[in-house]
Amino acid sequence: MIYMGIDIGSVCAKGAIFHGDRLEKVMLPTGWNIKETANLLRSTLLAQAGARDAEVSSVVATGYGRVSIPYADKKVTEITCHARGAVYLNPNARTIVDIGGQDSKVISVDADGRVQDFVMNDKCAAGTGRFLQVMAHVLEVEVDELDQLARHDKAVTINAMCTVFAESEIISLLAQGTDKGAIAAGILSSISQRVQHLSSRISVQDQLIFTGGVSNSNVLRHMLSEKLKLEVHHHCDAQFAGAIGAALLAREICE
Amino acid sequence: MSERNTLPEIFESFADARKQGFLAAKAVKDAGKNLVGYYCTFTPVEVIMAAGAVPVGLCATSDETIPESEKVLPRNLCPLVKSSYGFAITDKCPYFYFSDLIVGETTCDGKKKMYELLEEVKPTHILQLPNEGKSQRSLDYFREEVQSFKERLEKEFNVSITNEDLKKAIRLKNRQRETLKEFYNLMSLTPPPVSGLDVHKALYGSEFKFDKEAQIAEMQALTKQIYETYRTEGSKVSETAPRILITGCPIAGATEKIITAIEENGGVVVTYENCFGTKAVEEMIDETLDPIDGIARKYLNTPCSVMSNNQDRLDKLSELITRFKVDGVVDVVLQACHTYNIEGFSVKRHVKEKHNLPYTALETDYASADAGQLKTRLGAFIEML
Repeated sequence: MIYMGIDIGSVCAKGAIFHGDRLEKVMLPTGWNIKETANLLRSTLLAQAGARDAEVSSVVATGYGRVSIPYADKKVTEITCHARGAVYLNPNARTIVDIGGQDSKVISVDADGRVQDFVMNDKCAAGTGRFLQVMAHVLEVEVDELDQLARHDKAVTINAMCTVFAESEIISLLAQGTDKGAIAAGILSSISQRVQHLSSRISVQDQLIFTGGVSNSNVLRHMLSEKLKLEVHHHCDAQFAGAIGAALLAREICE
Repeated sequence: MSERNTLPEIFESFADARKQGFLAAKAVKDAGKNLVGYYCTFTPVEVIMAAGAVPVGLCATSDETIPESEKVLPRNLCPLVKSSYGFAITDKCPYFYFSDLIVGETTCDGKKKMYELLEEVKPTHILQLPNEGKSQRSLDYFREEVQSFKERLEKEFNVSITNEDLKKAIRLKNRQRETLKEFYNLMSLTPPPVSGLDVHKALYGSEFKFDKEAQIAEMQALTKQIYETYRTEGSKVSETAPRILITGCPIAGATEKIITAIEENGGVVVTYENCFGTKAVEEMIDETLDPIDGIARKYLNTPCSVMSNNQDRLDKLSELITRFKVDGVVDVVLQACHTYNIEGFSVKRHVKEKHNLPYTALETDYASADAGQLKTRLGAFIEML
């Protein structure tokens, strides 16, 4: 019996399966053809588990691409899936901060991983992975290089929250000869500020777990912890929380 | 007063539904009747009816005319205000086009300043509303406003409005309200007999039937037919579908995307505490009072966020939550609507603390850009219930 969760994000596509007690995970770039990516995720997961296609009992799809997966038995929003997956990864998690490619959200959960309340960014990409990508591009580095570049003690203030305005602000800072490290730290700091703002509208409880692609930044985790005055937990599989949650829900369908 | 009863030049470019609107409004004009266009629930339509004129709600719910309006109005303004003005200056709203008089009202800042510009397009009567709903001095003031509105109509249309005319209009409009109420109260059944989108479309569509008697008869027939089908065949709506109350800014046209997002995710909208839903309908006019007094009292009681304070809205929400067995509340705020946006905090506290129900608020406009995000956000809200 195989229970599969597929999480098609705006940048990365994640898949997870429960095969008996084993958990298998795969991550691929989403690309432009969601159906093809979803098929590749499925076959790669099965190959990794050494299982046959016929063994798949149920599939839950999530993420913004959830509507385009032909083989899904059920579509569930990423908020519900992230909550379930994050509590699986860390049973003490009661608050989840998830920052993905185009969304940021703060979710409050109970011990069973059920959503109690949540807040989500509005339609613009302020404070998301997309924002980091655009800013990294201006600095001519890759997103995952921002961490190394950032000089936390010298962070400049980036005032603009809008991705387009922030880009011009950074170009001006560079023109003034501002240190790249200080700008990189400023970019990360502006994201933590955005999350702080978002989480002020929800009751934030210990423990807090940070998920989604952006959670891979150590500097950002540190900044967030300072802002929220709370330890920010991470998990090496945090980026798979949505896919794992979806796989858990797939198992529930069959029970 | 314009005596216009020819179609605009761009008529041929319109889709069929719009053409029908133009032809229906033209038919009213051809029959020698005056048409009075209005925007807001605070408009005492009884006075218009008593003047022998036909009241009609004006177009304000599509993003189609927003670019045109932004040549004059600031971009960072409520889409409803921008859309209203855009329709007024483009001949795209059949009802505005054929209206002899427009009624504006001093509700929110955006609207009252926009009406000043509207006056340059068509004769516009502005109803001056007090800010304080519940007080004797507000009532005295608004009673005078209703009186001068009556006098303006008498002058514009060269008629005299008697108390008997007003009482007749009050009785007719009260009957219409009772009929609408009976219709939407069907949604208190478990499961609800139809979808919330069906209810919205029927309520909104009924606004554009000019013959009130025919409108009442149609609504009664619809209510009866839905109930009969429900009794014999049951409902298409699942018994376990989470029951949602929508509150806040008016939603129609472009913002029906919210209803769709809720219902496509397995919820059902059982009631609308807003201007195309219950807001105008719940309270009847007391037929035993002097008609001007009765009209002023009813309209001043409209639980709108422009009033300070607006405890009535919270009380009405409580009553609707019980009547429709609500599982969750969705508060809709149109971009840049300060009064509903700020009042959202009190609504959230009321819903969570007094009723222990989940609440979520959305800020949106008439563009479709946030359709995906709305689906995720409302989907997650419904999964949470």
